Amino acid sequence: MEEKDIEKELPAPHYSLLVKKIKDRFGGAILETTVFRGEVTHVVEKGALVEICRFLKQEPDLQFKFLSDVLGVDCRKSLACFEVVYHLYSIPNKNRLRIKVRVRENEAVPSVTPVWRSADFAERETFDMFGIVFNGHPNLKRIYMPLDWEGYPLRKDYPLTGYKDQYNPFGVEKV
Amino acid sequence: MEDIVSIASNNGEDIITKEVTLNMGPQHPSTHGVMHLVLRMQGEKIVKAEPDIGFLHRGMEKIAENLLYSQFVPYTDRLDYLSSMTNNLSYVMAVEKLIGLDIPERGKYIRVITSELSRISSHLLAVGAWGLDLGAVTLVLYAFREREMILDLFEMLCGARLTYNYMKIGGVRGDLPSGFKEKCRDFVQIFPKRVDEYEQLLTGNRIWLQRNKGVGVISAEDAVDLGLTGPSLRGSGVKWDIRKDTPYLVYDRFDFKVPAGGNGDCFDRYMVRVEEMRQASRIIAQALEQMPEGPVNADVPEFVSPPRRDITTNMEALIHHFKLISHGFKVPKGEVYSSIEAPKGELGFYIVSDGSERPFRVKIRAPSFVNLQSVDPMSRGAYFADVVAVISSLDPVFGEVDK
Amino acid sequence: MGVTEGNVLFTTVDHIVSWGRRSALWPMTFGLACCAIEMIAAGCSRYDTDRFGIIFRASPRQSDVMIVAGTMTKKMAPAVKRLYAQMPEPKWVIAMGGCASAGGPFNTYSVVQGTDLVVPVDVYIPGCPPRPEALLYGFLQLQEKIKREMPSVFAKFKV
Repeated sequence: MEEKDIEKELPAPHYSLLVKKIKDRFGGAILETTVFRGEVTHVVEKGALVEICRFLKQEPDLQFKFLSDVLGVDCRKSLACFEVVYHLYSIPNKNRLRIKVRVRENEAVPSVTPVWRSADFAERETFDMFGIVFNGHPNLKRIYMPLDWEGYPLRKDYPLTGYKDQYNPFGVEKV
Repeated sequence: MEDIVSIASNNGEDIITKEVTLNMGPQHPSTHGVMHLVLRMQGEKIVKAEPDIGFLHRGMEKIAENLLYSQFVPYTDRLDYLSSMTNNLSYVMAVEKLIGLDIPERGKYIRVITSELSRISSHLLAVGAWGLDLGAVTLVLYAFREREMILDLFEMLCGARLTYNYMKIGGVRGDLPSGFKEKCRDFVQIFPKRVDEYEQLLTGNRIWLQRNKGVGVISAEDAVDLGLTGPSLRGSGVKWDIRKDTPYLVYDRFDFKVPAGGNGDCFDRYMVRVEEMRQASRIIAQALEQMPEGPVNADVPEFVSPPRRDITTNMEALIHHFKLISHGFKVPKGEVYSSIEAPKGELGFYIVSDGSERPFRVKIRAPSFVNLQSVDPMSRGAYFADVVAVISSLDPVFGEVDK
Repeated sequence: MGVTEGNVLFTTVDHIVSWGRRSALWPMTFGLACCAIEMIAAGCSRYDTDRFGIIFRASPRQSDVMIVAGTMTKKMAPAVKRLYAQMPEPKWVIAMGGCASAGGPFNTYSVVQGTDLVVPVDVYIPGCPPRPEALLYGFLQLQEKIKREMPSVFAKFKV
């Protein structure tokens, strides 16, 4: 989005806090910024992710001390990559921010568990469902599915009914 | 795993204990569902408590990707099955945000009333089951007495006791039935006295105090860092309630307090829940008072089907209804995150739309799932029996944890 | 006690055994999902299953009936199998709700499509979730079924 459009979409303190401040500091690492329904999304470079997260958490003006969620999106069809999305909330400022990282298949993302401990389960879930590996995660293993499960269920090429086995006679025949 | 050997002295004789691993669950009466807790114990003290979840993983998010937007509403009922109304609310609000839809005042008030009733019924079961786990069996029978009253109200509203599917995109399924308002008002009048009864049973009870005071302590800073939300976070003294901080629906029009504890132990979390029940009944009383007359559904034919009466009398309305139900509606391309204060904490839905009738991705930010991470830091160093109190104080519901 | 006092009653062993079995059905507190809440409600103040001699027990070793209350996943199936094996004979299984009966609305990669793929089922209760009355009716049906069982014949042929 154009800088002018972003400024138009957001009310006064939000623009300078959520967009300008971050862009001034990490200009090159912010690949894309969009605003939709008043929600700011920054797509950031994978390498700078942890540094940006630490900044967002520790900067006295921003104080994004609460990591609400980490999740994956399978965009292999449109963007040829997965997206890992981080939802942040600042309790004193009462505003939200979305950070995104794009990652190709078989690439790893740095884990944000050193910044927020709450990323632990969420990153494990993303690994379980999409097979995205988080570098530096203390206990990266499957969380929902059994440890010997094959495949990553939330990828778009995984069938909804799963594969046929003794517990699901309606599943898809495995080729 | 390395064996850790600790030596304690008992009248000059050394006692050697070995670290043992204890499996609690997946079928255990005190785990509130199907959780497997791997406890590493040193004597009777917990060294590490690792929750193993996924025993109720049903693939909700995958289902959502394969359904129309409106078809996913009944599935949200089965997430946190103790308060289905708030799940419905969070999802339909996310979709409404995505399409930029606003609903009429009366619909908003009905949504507030039903979700607050839901909050009470959820907390009743939370506190009741907590009592049951710690040996105070009477409370669950008392709590279910009032819970049944709420379920009767919901049954009047939509005919179901547990899975309501009452809210729809653009409003609610139907207006309040006749007699609902009076019955609800009666309930709100009796209920605070009933809460006093529970408090008489538990709050001053010496066993209850011993089992909960100073157990499962977590500081405010840790609680935020671990992603705790809802009553579990407020028990640690962080006054963050989405209803107050970023009010949705018409919550900014009510006078209610956000209770918070100070010590961050199980007892504080219990007190927060008890007080929240009182506040919720206050909100309902005010909402019943303020509720205006008028339509309950938004008049936007593109997304909301016409009123039931028109469908049965008007041919065009029937065709329109049929088209909307069978084909769904196209949604603008984009992504939104919308969250509400559910009884367990921040319940959010993140929806990515690719412009078609089906969501591209739905992510459920389930409060119980995130809250469960705190079991380990809360129960480290505590006795085995305290783990039961810690789990109960977090009030996880596994439909939501596992999705 | 007026009628029974000093009187002699003639019956068959089968009859008296099945009378004993059906009059004290102890189910296991084994909740999987949403239906478990209705199961608890059935045991609580209003519906009160104790009236029928149905008392919930926390251990499989002490129970006669397993109520599979809710969605069973592939991860949970081995645990259910083991719990069933831990219960002493004679034992019965009630599949409560749509998910336990046939997968319900969840025809997905992780859900077992019906309890009967894992353990044998005696009574299926439809509903999502079934009302506590439906659960009570299911219990009454199970009692009816036990009434017709002939324990001596079963013992002979090891059915």
